[in-house]
Amino acid sequence: MTTITKKNPHPFRLNMVSRKTETLFHLILLLFALACIIPFIFVIIISFSSEDSIRQIGYSFTPVTWSLDAYHQVFNLGDALWRSYFNSFFITIVGTLLSVTMCVMYAYPLFRKDYKFRGFFSFLSFFTMIFGGGLIPTYIICKNLLGMSNNYAALIVPMLVSPFNIIIMRTFFQTSVPFDLIEAATIDGSGEYNTLVRIILPIVKPGIATVALLTALGYWNEWFLCLMYVTKRELFPLQYLLMEMQRNAEFLARNSSMIGASGASAIATLPSQTMRMAVVVFIVLPIACAYPFFQRYVVAGLTIGSVKG
Amino acid sequence: MTVNKPVSLRHSRSGSKTFWLTTMMLPATIWLLLIRYLPMFGIMMSFLDYKLPTRKVPFPLNLLESPWVGLKNFQFLFTSESLTMIRNTIGYNALWIVLGLLISVSFAIMMSELTRKFLAKTYQTMMFFPYFLSWVVVSYFLFAFLDPTNGMIVRAQRAAGVNVIDWYNSPGYWPYILTICSMWKNTGYSTVLYLSAITGIDRSQYEAAAVDGATKWQQMIHITLPHLKPMIIILLIMNIGKIFNADFGLFWSVPMNSAPLFPVTQVVDTYVYRAYTSTGNVGMSTAAGFLQNLVGFICIMIANGVVRRLDADSSLF
Repeated sequence: MTTITKKNPHPFRLNMVSRKTETLFHLILLLFALACIIPFIFVIIISFSSEDSIRQIGYSFTPVTWSLDAYHQVFNLGDALWRSYFNSFFITIVGTLLSVTMCVMYAYPLFRKDYKFRGFFSFLSFFTMIFGGGLIPTYIICKNLLGMSNNYAALIVPMLVSPFNIIIMRTFFQTSVPFDLIEAATIDGSGEYNTLVRIILPIVKPGIATVALLTALGYWNEWFLCLMYVTKRELFPLQYLLMEMQRNAEFLARNSSMIGASGASAIATLPSQTMRMAVVVFIVLPIACAYPFFQRYVVAGLTIGSVKG
Repeated sequence: MTVNKPVSLRHSRSGSKTFWLTTMMLPATIWLLLIRYLPMFGIMMSFLDYKLPTRKVPFPLNLLESPWVGLKNFQFLFTSESLTMIRNTIGYNALWIVLGLLISVSFAIMMSELTRKFLAKTYQTMMFFPYFLSWVVVSYFLFAFLDPTNGMIVRAQRAAGVNVIDWYNSPGYWPYILTICSMWKNTGYSTVLYLSAITGIDRSQYEAAAVDGATKWQQMIHITLPHLKPMIIILLIMNIGKIFNADFGLFWSVPMNSAPLFPVTQVVDTYVYRAYTSTGNVGMSTAAGFLQNLVGFICIMIANGVVRRLDADSSLF
């Protein structure tokens, strides 16, 4: 004991890093943590800055004047915006419902040690994690064979099943459902579907929440499927709308010298920079609202899913 | 006969059990077969001179009309353009695997040493936030700083009278910018993973080590890191398997598709997409995608094989 007290001048800080080191840790972690959220705060501030202020001092944490113009413009976008908002919500909700149902139905038999084809189906999903046909063959099959082009199916179906989520779900079954329970239910004459829905699902609610949140996040942030399969504006999700706004603005800005006066007037009618930042706020807002749930369930889920199952 | 009856009853029950459980697998199985396994046969398109489907010859009959060209579609590999993109893909991935591991393990260890758990939790909450955003959103965050007319850094440079950098046209800075973006978005996620593994370690091991006079540093080397080893190895195998796959969103939307940046932002995924959309060359882009998957598959097999030989318990499969 004497050696420890000699090394550590604060006996109440037994086996802890020194004050100085801890302060250093706090400093490093705090700086990184701040860097993680400051860009979002910055974008919120920009979205509330007036166009004048931006012309004067550029994007700044302390704009000269504040204004709600950006949000007025966003609301004036009317149909285009609400349509995209609706699309994003629709895709997220329908996609998540379908995806979670399929995930649970696939993971449950994989957890059942008494299921005959367990090994085969495990391999079937796991193999797709390490090998695949690649982007173009998948695209051609989906588009030419399965008719996924310019419809909601194209924005939902290609993401429905995730082997990673199946592993998470199966691990949740393994850690929280005692096998005796299933046996008891079977002896009582409960059918397989009945057992799953009435008895097992209530136990694995946290697992379902985890998988559902991860899936919903994936759908909400999705824009690649739209880039690949969709050209109709009415189907654009919010993320893609934002990307397209940027691309149009860039194009005009780059070519404005060539197209002269008509180009200049086109730029004037373009979505302003503050408005685009306001759309970013609109996209991140639902995520920020759901963030407490994400924190709680996703951390647990990712922790379980990454442990070898 | 009466003795045999329960046996046969159990048999039929287990038969129906297998049947009902199999029906549960069906929806996802059909999806896997159609969307994941069927395209694997599409790999043969990388050996064909692919003819587009027409009304007269619809898909997949057009495959029969497409002549076999052997390895012609793989010739793109020997252009300087493809060497650049392969270098970029593997280079960024290798750097980020090592850097990500170092940063997130050290962050996790630092957090576990904090005495005020509430602050540790707050840091974790803040750090995890970027993981939930899409790269499109992140590209706007970056744009707010680097925009050539209004960006904060650009304005600051102008105000300070120093040379203003045209970020979206200067490839030299982008390896650093992309690295920062990748670390910014993904560190929180892996820190959370490692932190939860550290909290799972039995505290009495540290106490025993301290009584024996081990310093904090020695405790980290001999207790914490060995406990993290299985998780580090599994994440490493998974990442090595993806060494030839780049994060499309990062390389596509963050540099704003700026052509002068291609030498440092072009990766296999963006190359495949651009090759397909600009030239419509199905054979070549399929070939590139196939190579990508093949290399990934071989890498994951080798990594897993090596790990299994060294320490069978840590291997992925």
